Amino acid sequence: MTNGRHPAPRPGFVLDVDRNTPPILFHHGPGFRLEKLPAGRSRVIYPAEPLEGLPDPEAAIRHALLNPLGDSAPLPALLRPGMKLTIAFDDISLPLPPMRRPDIRQRVIEAVLDLAADAGVDDVHLIAALAIHRRMTEDELRHAVGDRVYDAFAPKGLLYNLDAEDPDGMVILGETPHGEDVHFCRRAAESDLVVYVNINLVSMDGGHKSTATGLAGYTGLRHHHNVHTLRNSKSLMDRKNSALHASNWRMGSVIRDAGVKIFQIETTVNNDTFGREGPLALLQKREWEWTGRDRAQFLAMRTGLDVLPSNTRRKIFDTWQAPYQMTSVQAGEVEAVHEVTTDNVYAQQLVPVEGQTDVLTMGLPYICPYNVNSIMNPILVMCLGLGYFFNLYRGRPLVREGGVLVMSHPTPWEFHPVHHPSYIDFFEQVLADTTDPVEIERRYEKQFAEDEWYIHLYRTSYAYHGVHPFYMWYWGSHALEHLGRVIIVGGDPAAVRRLGFQPASTLSDALEMASDVVGPQPTITHMKNPPLLMADVT
Amino acid sequence: MKALRFRRNLPRYAAARLAGSLTPGRGATVGPLELVDLDPPAEPGPDWVRVRPRLSGICGSDLATVDGRSARYFEPLVSFPFVPGHEVVGDLDDDQRVVLEPVLGCASRNITPACAACTDGRLGNCEHTTFGDLSPGIQTGSCHDTGGGWATAFHAHPSQLHPVPDGLSDEAAVMVEPTACGVHAAFTARVPDDGVVAVLGAGTLGLVTIAALRAHTTPRTIVATARYPDQRRLADELGADLVVAPDEVRRAVRRAAGTRAIGGNGQGPEGDVDRLTGGADTVIDCVGSSSSLTDALAIARPGGRIVLLGMPAVVELELTPLWHRELELVGSYTYGTEALPDGSTARTFDLAFDLVTRADLGRLVTATYPLARYREALQHAASAGSRGAVKVAFDLRDERERNAR
Repeated sequence: MTNGRHPAPRPGFVLDVDRNTPPILFHHGPGFRLEKLPAGRSRVIYPAEPLEGLPDPEAAIRHALLNPLGDSAPLPALLRPGMKLTIAFDDISLPLPPMRRPDIRQRVIEAVLDLAADAGVDDVHLIAALAIHRRMTEDELRHAVGDRVYDAFAPKGLLYNLDAEDPDGMVILGETPHGEDVHFCRRAAESDLVVYVNINLVSMDGGHKSTATGLAGYTGLRHHHNVHTLRNSKSLMDRKNSALHASNWRMGSVIRDAGVKIFQIETTVNNDTFGREGPLALLQKREWEWTGRDRAQFLAMRTGLDVLPSNTRRKIFDTWQAPYQMTSVQAGEVEAVHEVTTDNVYAQQLVPVEGQTDVLTMGLPYICPYNVNSIMNPILVMCLGLGYFFNLYRGRPLVREGGVLVMSHPTPWEFHPVHHPSYIDFFEQVLADTTDPVEIERRYEKQFAEDEWYIHLYRTSYAYHGVHPFYMWYWGSHALEHLGRVIIVGGDPAAVRRLGFQPASTLSDALEMASDVVGPQPTITHMKNPPLLMADVT
Repeated sequence: MKALRFRRNLPRYAAARLAGSLTPGRGATVGPLELVDLDPPAEPGPDWVRVRPRLSGICGSDLATVDGRSARYFEPLVSFPFVPGHEVVGDLDDDQRVVLEPVLGCASRNITPACAACTDGRLGNCEHTTFGDLSPGIQTGSCHDTGGGWATAFHAHPSQLHPVPDGLSDEAAVMVEPTACGVHAAFTARVPDDGVVAVLGAGTLGLVTIAALRAHTTPRTIVATARYPDQRRLADELGADLVVAPDEVRRAVRRAAGTRAIGGNGQGPEGDVDRLTGGADTVIDCVGSSSSLTDALAIARPGGRIVLLGMPAVVELELTPLWHRELELVGSYTYGTEALPDGSTARTFDLAFDLVTRADLGRLVTATYPLARYREALQHAASAGSRGAVKVAFDLRDERERNAR
């Protein structure tokens, strides 16, 4: 659908690199590189252009609430005076980068609260469903839900972050047939209705994972956030072939059977990550379409960034808010809603790709789900590359088994002590010992998960839970098992080696090193991401 | 005979201090140490015997002397000129191989009755190191009258000598003396069963201490710091559970002890680790610097024990945690007699002989030099860690050199 504001968006596509192909822009943390790919054996996967957003988001939201999918009554029919209503919503990890105000969560929550007020519901809690992520700050919560909602609920203690380590605040709802404990937020479990407000940035998000993971703690998460499950999630972006999702779906059944009524509201956004206009617009243009002004702007931007200290560069990027537009909203029964949501994510992101490649290259940007307003430490670099981008496929991995992954990122040996205290120990002590996910899980996970200081910092400060770096490592365990070698271009050599990867100064060095593994003249595929794309590999 | 002699020479001492501060070990080039031909020393007493060194080690205290970093504390406790060298395996005139226990206590000084410490077998605590028949000197290697190990010959009192079993190599035997220091520190540490102990430094002393802790105590976790890859590997092989870089030790001990931390001196971000609220039961500081002692005070639990094994000089230290956390700070100097868990006692050297054999500590001798190349030897020893070495020693087994008069 178009509304005449922009030309019809072009779909994603695969470019075969020839001699006339200009250098390709690679993200490189808070900076960029222009890389010339070998002609005749390289290809570049470009994301689709941004789909048009819904012209009237408020109307679309209201329509979804009144016309639910699946076996669900319209939301007003589920609301009554005297009931307990809990509204849970996605945390700071979505969307990426944070979107411009008003955030989708604010729009949806305001609509839900209007209906609740109309129905006379006065026992309402709003919970950031962050599982074992760090708590959101007041500013971050205000950004997500809006000042009006924040001021109405937070001062009374009715808007808060989940505390998955509060022994009185969590319950076990039961066990799946596979023996998985279903750990759940007590307030949500004891509510007459849980409304979940989601932003589905990638196809991994949403569905039963919203509540079975977002409202759980370590006791429940350990059943699917583990090496075995993640090695059998091929990919974790493809729900129907993901053991991670199968476990969450089993848990969803237990939650439902325990009498927890969930009204799921899922939304999708387009991939207008950097804007059609403005200083970063050229990041979502195709290089051969750059104008002279674009090239001058890029050179000025890169030169300016190069002379800035890394923390200043980071702060500049942290101020960027994406002009995302909502492309769909659907509400009702969890599974019915999620089927439609996934189709809408695919409509924006899926790009057909024929065949695998020997070498997969990617430029990693400055942000991932776990360093919003923070530092992209080396473990997060690994997770973004091997956990997220590698898994952005359906069918087969983009790179063949035994192939090489080349990532571009500065990979500084740097950590945010408030947000990632256990990451520092994981990097200094665990990875210094072994990078094998199975060994790491067996020997170290429990100690970190039960470390009293990490738990204290998670509950009272703004720290990710002690076990979180393990999950980052497990997220990449499918890729680690699949790949023959991982090379990072332009990274801190010591940090790269600590990850168990190889450092390279330039892409051409990296490709030469890769040929040791995959042979001379390998095929190369560059995944030009972000804006986000997902490869449909046949 | 040939010997490396250290004279009292203040200008050269100052030059050594300057050179050593620029390049560790460089004090050997410009300082008071010189290679000389000497007449064989007179026997200090009727019972004394001649020892012809085979291997003679270079230790941290020797390097401090050569580089002019020794504390002035020692000035009245030595007698000039002296021949350094106290880690020695050598031959007696009847070809019996011996290891030297270098402390010069009441027995070697011919003092009767012996002081209380010597009577108890605590030779390192001898109260008479400046008295008796010998010139001042706490050990062979700092006493003018006895000579020292960095020579083709010196004299030793029979009470200082331990026969070397036939199967023990010279390299293993020369490690007995430093190993005895580690064994003594392990006993001094009073490590509680299932406790957490941190060993700061993985040079020779740190490594032998780790081996001694593993042999004679039963901690839950030994955390060690190591600056260089080979040190890290050896610390791991000798029994450390966790080996980290020195600047990572606070976080490592926090995790091992399962305690909380205070960040940024109370001003910094939460999640930073400036000091621990609990910590290690015992910290053994094998470095002895301001930095290592500050780390020790930051990671020892309240009521914990810090053992200072590395030789310090003048250090700058915030002692408030010692007071506030009621920490014990105790020195560990040399060796003597140890009280074993079963109530019996044993000489530290006997335990060290056993540990050297069991832990194959002879492998720590990684480079040897003839006396003539003493400048290279001392510079190598001063940068041993970064050059992949642990113990550097003089090799005096060359017959021409040994028999030169």
